[in-house]
Amino acid sequence: MRNYQAVIIGGGSAGLAAAVTLKQKGIEDILVLEKDGEAGGILNQCIHNGFGLQTFKEQLSGPAYAERFEDQAEQLNVEIKLNTMVTGLNAQRQITYVNPDEGYVTISADAVILAVGCYERSRGAVEIPGERPSGIYTAGQAQRYLNIDGYLVGKKVFILGSGDIGLIMARRMTLEGAKVYGVAELMPYSNGLPRNMKQCLEDFGIPLYLSHTVTKIYGHDRLEGIDIAKVGPDRKPVPGSEIHFDVDTLLLSVGLIPENHLGDEAGIEMDPRTRGPVVDESYMTGIRGIFACGNGLHVHDLVDFVSLQAARAAEGAARYIREGEPEGRTVNTAAGENVLYVVPGKIHTDNVPGHTEFFFRVRKPMDDAVLTVRAGSKVIRTVRKKKLIPSEMERLLLTQKQLTGLEGDLVIEVREN
Amino acid sequence: MENKELICVNCPMGCRITVTLDEGRVIDIKGYTCEKGKNYAAQETVRPMRVLTSTVRINGALARVLPVITSQEIPLDMMEEAMEAVRMLTVDAPVRVNQVLIPHFLGTDADLVASRSMKKI
Ligand SMILES: Cc1cc2nc3c(=O)[nH]c(=O)nc-3n(C[C@H](O)[C@H](O)[C@H](O)COP(=O)(O)OP(=O)(O)OC[C@H]3O[C@@H](n4cnc5c(N)ncnc54)[C@H](O)[C@@H]3O)c2cc1C
Ligand code: SF4
Repeated sequence: MRNYQAVIIGGGSAGLAAAVTLKQKGIEDILVLEKDGEAGGILNQCIHNGFGLQTFKEQLSGPAYAERFEDQAEQLNVEIKLNTMVTGLNAQRQITYVNPDEGYVTISADAVILAVGCYERSRGAVEIPGERPSGIYTAGQAQRYLNIDGYLVGKKVFILGSGDIGLIMARRMTLEGAKVYGVAELMPYSNGLPRNMKQCLEDFGIPLYLSHTVTKIYGHDRLEGIDIAKVGPDRKPVPGSEIHFDVDTLLLSVGLIPENHLGDEAGIEMDPRTRGPVVDESYMTGIRGIFACGNGLHVHDLVDFVSLQAARAAEGAARYIREGEPEGRTVNTAAGENVLYVVPGKIHTDNVPGHTEFFFRVRKPMDDAVLTVRAGSKVIRTVRKKKLIPSEMERLLLTQKQLTGLEGDLVIEVREN
Repeated sequence: MENKELICVNCPMGCRITVTLDEGRVIDIKGYTCEKGKNYAAQETVRPMRVLTSTVRINGALARVLPVITSQEIPLDMMEEAMEAVRMLTVDAPVRVNQVLIPHFLGTDADLVASRSMKKI
């Protein structure tokens, strides 16, 4: 069986950045496995601008951002197998893939980096009563049809969920000549970035219905209409508040979930909050030599952070390949009050390389808040935050000194002032 | 005189900016934290500008459409006209990223450019 120093599963922005960093760190014998016909991942269908502000100080389109990393990978002679689907992974870091040229092949690797991206929650996960006509798509499916295949899925559109992909599609379909009647959001606040609220909805006079959900679907073969209704504090529809729309298309933009079939198969411990693997500060999962990064670890809103995180994971993998596992005690991190999740999920407190970056999201919008990091009863850091919203991932750096010799779980919590 | 309120969307701070206009001319801007926000607010109240991204048909490539982008912002009120021009355009592979497809798009300072490379097949 062919053994590689490192195999990267997924050739999206995370996989490409990880491959580039491994090469730069002198790990030469690497392979990227990508199921699509080209590298770049989800970015290939995200043709809007707004990518790369942090990394390149420019506002690139998704494909242009991906192309920069593909060029770097090419210059460094990164081997990428396209049209290659990974079907199996085990704790011994054996990987089975299949492609049209080679059929089924099993290889192994000293280090495996999972960079598998995420998938969209679909209708099954949302439970809308009524028939099952065609014309109901996830926002990402509609985006792929339009931006890659050049096919507009409908003319009269309603969108459920205020996630960014839905907002972006509201603008895109409007410009393509469709009529977007509105966006309904179950929560009393938007899940999309303020910039997208403004430039995708307000610019085109598309109404946003907060605290609303779709309650009924009409149509047998093709969707003919929907009802939306206001929801109370219990998130149950309020009878009598229904509004009807004659639409042929309903887009669902109701959340992204890390893709974790392979991780599950290998027996990797998952975090029930992020729905991705639990990793340490070097992005190693609970299984030695298997690392994870990008949307397959937790859902990101900015690709720049995906690239940076992937580079970190690759550094971790390179160190592991050369020096083996980090030693010493670990403490767990925990999401305290008003915090949805914290990544990484555990830290080697005796062995922290330089700074450690923590990613987290708050549960609800908060103004003028105080963020506290503590271990047991000891407060390690407090930060004042003018504004926190769930749609924007927060980052926090802790130094080696702050992390060394901690006792008890490391808790991040946020309170309004 | 007239006051217009807006929320700056250029960074997560989300500053509330008040622009005072006198017969359509900006005479005062308050509430911004940085130059970027100040310039944005001035432009936004007079004539909002946006980057347009879309796709055009492409012949001879693996994909059927090529993503395109304006090299800088164009007036929001020109979007419909811009989309008509985009719909009329068909290009041939190969195309390089940033290759100019329509110079001085609709007479603005922006060019319509390819937002990725596509090989000929
Ligand atoms: C629709 C959308 C809009 C976004 N808009 C913005 C924006 O405006 N600005 C911004 O900065 N960020 C945006 N983001 C966020 C950012 O672009 C993504 O988070 C980032 O690109 C994710 O990269 P990734 O490599 O983790 O995942 P992906 O790009 O999804 O890559 C995962 C790759 O793994 C491959 N793969 C999965 N399973 C297997 C397998 N078993 N075998 C082989 N290959 C496999 C997939 O084919 C895919 O290519 C957006 C994200 C989405 C989803
Ligand atoms: S004014 Fe400056 S600091 Fe305030 S939101 Fe705009 S860009 Fe951010």
